[in-house]
Amino acid sequence: MTEQEVDPRFPDPGDTPVGEVPGPDAEPELPTRPGILRSILRRRSTVVAAVFILLLIVVALAAPLLAPYDPTEQDLLIRLQGPSGAHWLGTDDYGRDALSRLIYGSRVSLWAGLQATGVALILGLPLGVLAGFYGRWLNVLLTRIMDAMMSTPSLVLAITIVAVLGGGITNAMLAIGLVMTPRFFRVARAGTMDVRHETYIEASIALGCSTWRTAVRHILPNVLPPIVLVISVSLGTAVSAEASLSFLGLGVVEPTPSWGSMLKTASSNMSLAPYLVWPPGIMIFLTVLAFTYLGDGVRRALTRSRSGRQD
Amino acid sequence: MDLAKNRDVAASDTVPATAKDSAPEAVSGAERPTPLLDVRDVSVEFPTAGRDWVTSVQNVSFQLMPGESMALVGESGSGKTVTSLAVMGLTEATGGRLSSGSVTFDGNELTGRPAKEWRKVRGPGMGMIFQQPIRSLNPAYTVGDQIAESVRKHLGLSRRQAEAKSVEMLEMVQIPRAAERAKEYPHAFSGGMCQRVMIAMVMACNPRLLIADEPTTALDVTVQETILDLLRDVQQQTGVALLFISHDLAVVAEICQRVAVMYAGEVIESAPAVDLFFRPQHPYSSGLLASIPRPGLSVDRRLRTIPGGIPAPGTWPAGCRFAPRCEFAQSGRCDTTHPPLDVVSTGGLSRCLRADELALDGVVT
Amino acid sequence: MLRYAGRRLLAAIPLLFVVPLLVFILIDRAPGDQAVVLAGENPTPERIASIREQLGLDDPLIVRYFDWVVHAIRGDLGTSLLSDQRVIDLLLRRMATTMSLVLVAMVMAVLVGAVLAILSAMRPGGFFDRFINWAASVAIAIPAFWFGLVLASLFAVTYQIFPPFGYQPMSEGFGTWLSYLVLPGIALGLLPAAEVALQLRSALGQVLKTDYVLNAEAKGLSRPTIVMKHGLKNAAIPVITVLGFRVAEVLAGSVTIEIVYNMPGLGQLAVDSVQNRDIPVLLGFVLFSTIVVVLVNLLVDISYGYFNPKVRS
Repeated sequence: MTEQEVDPRFPDPGDTPVGEVPGPDAEPELPTRPGILRSILRRRSTVVAAVFILLLIVVALAAPLLAPYDPTEQDLLIRLQGPSGAHWLGTDDYGRDALSRLIYGSRVSLWAGLQATGVALILGLPLGVLAGFYGRWLNVLLTRIMDAMMSTPSLVLAITIVAVLGGGITNAMLAIGLVMTPRFFRVARAGTMDVRHETYIEASIALGCSTWRTAVRHILPNVLPPIVLVISVSLGTAVSAEASLSFLGLGVVEPTPSWGSMLKTASSNMSLAPYLVWPPGIMIFLTVLAFTYLGDGVRRALTRSRSGRQD
Repeated sequence: MDLAKNRDVAASDTVPATAKDSAPEAVSGAERPTPLLDVRDVSVEFPTAGRDWVTSVQNVSFQLMPGESMALVGESGSGKTVTSLAVMGLTEATGGRLSSGSVTFDGNELTGRPAKEWRKVRGPGMGMIFQQPIRSLNPAYTVGDQIAESVRKHLGLSRRQAEAKSVEMLEMVQIPRAAERAKEYPHAFSGGMCQRVMIAMVMACNPRLLIADEPTTALDVTVQETILDLLRDVQQQTGVALLFISHDLAVVAEICQRVAVMYAGEVIESAPAVDLFFRPQHPYSSGLLASIPRPGLSVDRRLRTIPGGIPAPGTWPAGCRFAPRCEFAQSGRCDTTHPPLDVVSTGGLSRCLRADELALDGVVT
Repeated sequence: MLRYAGRRLLAAIPLLFVVPLLVFILIDRAPGDQAVVLAGENPTPERIASIREQLGLDDPLIVRYFDWVVHAIRGDLGTSLLSDQRVIDLLLRRMATTMSLVLVAMVMAVLVGAVLAILSAMRPGGFFDRFINWAASVAIAIPAFWFGLVLASLFAVTYQIFPPFGYQPMSEGFGTWLSYLVLPGIALGLLPAAEVALQLRSALGQVLKTDYVLNAEAKGLSRPTIVMKHGLKNAAIPVITVLGFRVAEVLAGSVTIEIVYNMPGLGQLAVDSVQNRDIPVLLGFVLFSTIVVVLVNLLVDISYGYFNPKVRS
């Protein structure tokens, strides 16, 4: 029944976890390695996501130029005013301009995402390679610890860490970074174990190359592609987590504007100023979505180029 | 092997009419009984990776009388399974589409009918057993439950009646301790036992046609024979017609009255089993016969294989599709003209331009 | 089967000890004198000393940890630094709210997600299938607490269909109880619902390609029977696994949702305890979360036995 194996009646949309937008650009392509970037940019959704993130970065960098007002300047005479020509998105309970706070908030979000992802990467990648490379008790021990971390509710873990270290955005992001570490660990460990017993690695160890050298030259290239995907997804998670913590008052310290803390303000003024709820939430949503779509585009391009290399 | 006895029944061989090859002959339909199954000019296409559709079965025609047993024989990739699935109306369910032809069952044309009507025929009309019996049973339900669900649906039995029926059917296929085993899950059954369960499941609805797609291929050699015996018994007891799909002519010889050989998506020879075995009219059939392992022959004659492989759908040669592998092929003739399926001197059908010129080897006795 | 479940439980128990240990280590590593930090603004020396005494900060880490474990096994989780109430009482009093919220969210997620996945699988590749796939993958990016705010703003403040905030126990009547849980339940259930829809659809896609489903077609069964009976039970296993992981996340999500809807649950307690550095309460909350996770994983393992008969034997 070989004919049944080719089975396009089941396009299996669920197979692709996120961001499947069926379109004419879905046909299988087998690009060569230098073509990966082009292959990533072939999907329209990936391009839109990448452009959105680039714009967000520009807005964050140019915030002082773009924001019409000082985001922390209070004017109690105009508190909780709806959108108007002077204040496009209205003002909050201290009379601060919501648009300016939204623009400056992108700085906090992106910076928070970078910090948390950086922490997770710096901890998870080397530990994962180490566990996968040495194996034995070290592998067992590290894997156990990471599994324990993974099965604890992430926000509970983050809250605990914040409770111990104190609030503030850096501590909060350290917490989120720790929570995301197992993801990087797992991928790095799996990627290392994949190639650990390949002959070229055995050979390079036998030739007396230092383990460090072997790891960097031979293992990293195999581990990095899936890590790129985890980075993208983690950036989205971190942005979302920062918003949650700041909303709970465990993230940024007032009066620094953050999308999460803006939602906190919106929450306590919901009946008087319902318009405050929308912009920060939509920005968080779009940012998370963009990172997921970007990650998905990278994943597709990588699997495609990999199947291409295997002739 | 009692081939001679089969001759009379085999005489009911029909002349298929293929669209381009030969105009429908004036078959005197009045004096002949209506066939149980009438497959005409069926072509099936499957999509390729590049979104094109490629034909994998082309203009296949054959008929099956009530109670008759017929084999579709060919190597894997010849289109036999695709053909049998088309008969069951499962082409779409496996991702393909019927691009031409019709399937008429018991006088009712089923092609183009809504899925609902097909579902009424599958079960009480025709049933199918598959090559992988273990994978064909749902691991999450007991075998008794899986037999019972068809009879409840098609025969309208109550839950209790259906349970009794499933035990009865398991007894019929000679599964010991049937009542207990009905409550067990498929993983507790061996491959041969699973195939018995499959037969029980299909026969529970009293179908008029049983399609068996390589029913013994995946099984242990020692078990194969018992399953074939069982199929023969079942056929004798119930009078069900059998469409037997196989790559193994030795197996076919034991169970079928008529044989249609398929190659590269089309029928290349169709004849009563005895004729085909002793006087094959197509070099490919002759080659298949020669490749049957026979004990007692010298090593050099024991196993002859046909060189080369079956061309994949979409890469079929323009002329005779077997020509590139055929030791009798004539260039300028066989590689340019696509031969029609024509009546040959033995009275059977062959898709070989040189059928009447060649004296091909049959089974050496 | 029971032995299997017992073995799984045994394997999970170390988690109950390891997670609090991590918290103890974290507290120990934290900068500054814990007692001084905890005592808040302008602490009196007596206050600092009493906190030091209460937390046993003069003892080494390992002694404090074992002391806590021994008491915890007896059901004594210490007293809150803030209110002098017993931690176990605080937890028990608020547990019902959080569990109600999580329960409503999960039930909603499973029902909605499963129905959408099944309807999608009826016609693979059809418009509905593609739409649900798209919508679910977009829904995953929506922050739960913001969705909660939007729902509250629309359906409780602007159109007053549901009570805006707070919580009523079931003793006030099932309808009342549920009416307070609908909006927060939807907000919290959106993410798991989307995941169930995607996972189940994907699993169904795999299952519907199997030989036994083709056989079910050959038996002339109807499409709904094939999808619901032959597909669903086999497709459930990967979904249950994901759902098990999800419960921990839903529990975490309930923290923000409780704040949004001002529900007196464990989440509020946790946030208060963090803001006030009420370590005993925090430890109790962490232990409670871990117990829930362990129990849910056990439940998941046991359910494999139902969905996969092979596990049972």
